[in-house]
Amino acid sequence: MKRGGHLFRLLLITASIFFTMSFLNAGKFLTVQNFTSMSFQFPELGLFALAIMFSLITGGIDLSVVSIANLAGILAALIMTRFISPDASGLPALIWIIIAILTALLTGFFAGLFNGLLITRGGITPILTTLGTMQLYMGIAYVITKGPAVYGYPELFLSLGNGSIWFLPLPLVLFIITALLVGIILNRSRFGFNLYMLGTNETAAKFSGISINGMLVKTYMFSGILSALTGLLMIARTNSAKADYGSSYLLQAVLVAILGGVHPSGGFGTVSGVVIAVFALQFLSSGFNMLHFSNFTAEFTWGMLLLVVMVINYLMKERTN
Amino acid sequence: MRVLTKKKLFQHRFFLFLVLLIVSVTIGLKNPVFFSLSNIYDILKSSVVMGLFAVGVLIVIISGGIDISFTAIAACSMYVTSKLLLATGVTDSLVAAFMLAGFTGLLLGIFNALFISRFKLPTLIVTLGTASIFRGFMLAFIGTTIVNNLPQSLVRFSKLALFEQTLPNGEIIGLSFSIIILLIFILFCWILLRYTILGRGIYAMGGDPVAARRAGFNLTAIRYFIYGFAGFISGLAGIIYASMMRNANPFDLVGTELVVIAAVVLGGASITGGKGTVTGTVLGVLLLVIINNSLIMLNIPSYWQKVAIGLIILAGTAATVQRKVTERQGKLV
Repeated sequence: MKRGGHLFRLLLITASIFFTMSFLNAGKFLTVQNFTSMSFQFPELGLFALAIMFSLITGGIDLSVVSIANLAGILAALIMTRFISPDASGLPALIWIIIAILTALLTGFFAGLFNGLLITRGGITPILTTLGTMQLYMGIAYVITKGPAVYGYPELFLSLGNGSIWFLPLPLVLFIITALLVGIILNRSRFGFNLYMLGTNETAAKFSGISINGMLVKTYMFSGILSALTGLLMIARTNSAKADYGSSYLLQAVLVAILGGVHPSGGFGTVSGVVIAVFALQFLSSGFNMLHFSNFTAEFTWGMLLLVVMVINYLMKERTN
Repeated sequence: MRVLTKKKLFQHRFFLFLVLLIVSVTIGLKNPVFFSLSNIYDILKSSVVMGLFAVGVLIVIISGGIDISFTAIAACSMYVTSKLLLATGVTDSLVAAFMLAGFTGLLLGIFNALFISRFKLPTLIVTLGTASIFRGFMLAFIGTTIVNNLPQSLVRFSKLALFEQTLPNGEIIGLSFSIIILLIFILFCWILLRYTILGRGIYAMGGDPVAARRAGFNLTAIRYFIYGFAGFISGLAGIIYASMMRNANPFDLVGTELVVIAAVVLGGASITGGKGTVTGTVLGVLLLVIINNSLIMLNIPSYWQKVAIGLIILAGTAATVQRKVTERQGKLV
């Protein structure tokens, strides 16, 4: 019920941002062009936020998501730039693209597995583990590339970040599918149910016979794979991969998740909340952009929005008590 | 039990000291330049800003909180101060520069404390929000251009040196005066945490806030002190950073917060609160600064730097882990 209240208020706030921006940017905001351009922009942040949500629900946090995304993206980029000749097309190119994508996803899988093992077997707290692996994975990416960006991928792969199916931008399609899958995992599966229980009360979860270590390893693996997917999207959209891309995404993604109602001490968080929160941020960012404010105005309002929403939540809770 | 924990902490610091020694000796054997006076001065100078940040972060972490807005506070303070001093023409007074930067930081820190204390919001959420508020406000409404003509007072401060001497090759070296400011705060913080009731209160709050309140500590006042102090010291760190760089770049500093937190935790502070020492923090900062500054002396290309730092964080924190994984304190942020 309490969570429902937060979601409803967030929806109201997001809707009012939407209407305000439509009003202030009459004729520009409510256009197909704007919606198309927004649909290319928000999925990356949204996917990172979904990745971080998994670990936040268990009461941990994954700070290595952006580093994993870059590492996975760089490995995929290297495969595509080394093994596909510029004039290659058709089947051989397609096979190498698939190999590149699989390598990236496997990278995410193993990076997440390593995080999970350090947390469960090594006994290091999640925030410190991922603080360390964030540096480590970024470091490995630096060592592999020695610094410069890796760029120039086949057209077919680039369409993943820039193409559309009918009128739906592919990044949007990818985001919708992922959000639905995450939603199903969290709400319809045994794993999801246990995840919330683990975050709410670890002792209770342990006594109900759940393998907590197994759950945590899976959590960070999921987060790693989602990050790798985001990494693929990033390099496909920008046609370039680099060790330190998108580092500002990290805290923004935590902000989106928390704004969406995920509680940093665990147990709470819904996909719909995160999706609405990422919309709110994108509306603000695009709206301010059209008003010729700098993007820093959006950054400023994002912070305000987070605090205002949390304060309202607090006041509502206090009133019901 | 208490004796045991104390012993453990001591052991951790001792272990860290050994690591620091081994790293230094290894680098020194490979490249004697490491132990040259000018390099030691360089390392100390590089530790000043990170060290000041770390002292603030240490107090926050001991109290059971986490602050990721301190770099935004530092950037904001240094930029606002530089602009304001230039605009008003008060370019000659170092005291004015430091007071203004410290005061700006203090105000922003109190803004944090207001939300943390009044609305009982988790510190991570508040500082996450204020970090983007402070930085966003500065970049959107104050400016985005680098201030290259810093006030004279700051330029002079950057040239102020202790133990100045001329090397045989004619180069003049000296220890940056800013190290004194760091030492003052290290000492202040050490006394605060060790010998004052306020310090006891900070530890107690991080250990168990409910028990601390029952024991008679005024948690609201302590919180205002902690975040105000963290803001103040970040403001000073910001203006010292500007003076060292000889410019005020509003895009600097933000992004380094997690490494500072890592240094503090490496120094033995518990991220769940209640534990941590000033000596440990100093060792943690020195270790990271040496790794950052000296890999090049081992002929290791600089792109290995991040790998080294990542491994050190993991190894350092793993070494302090309580063996029983089941005792993992569940709530981490």
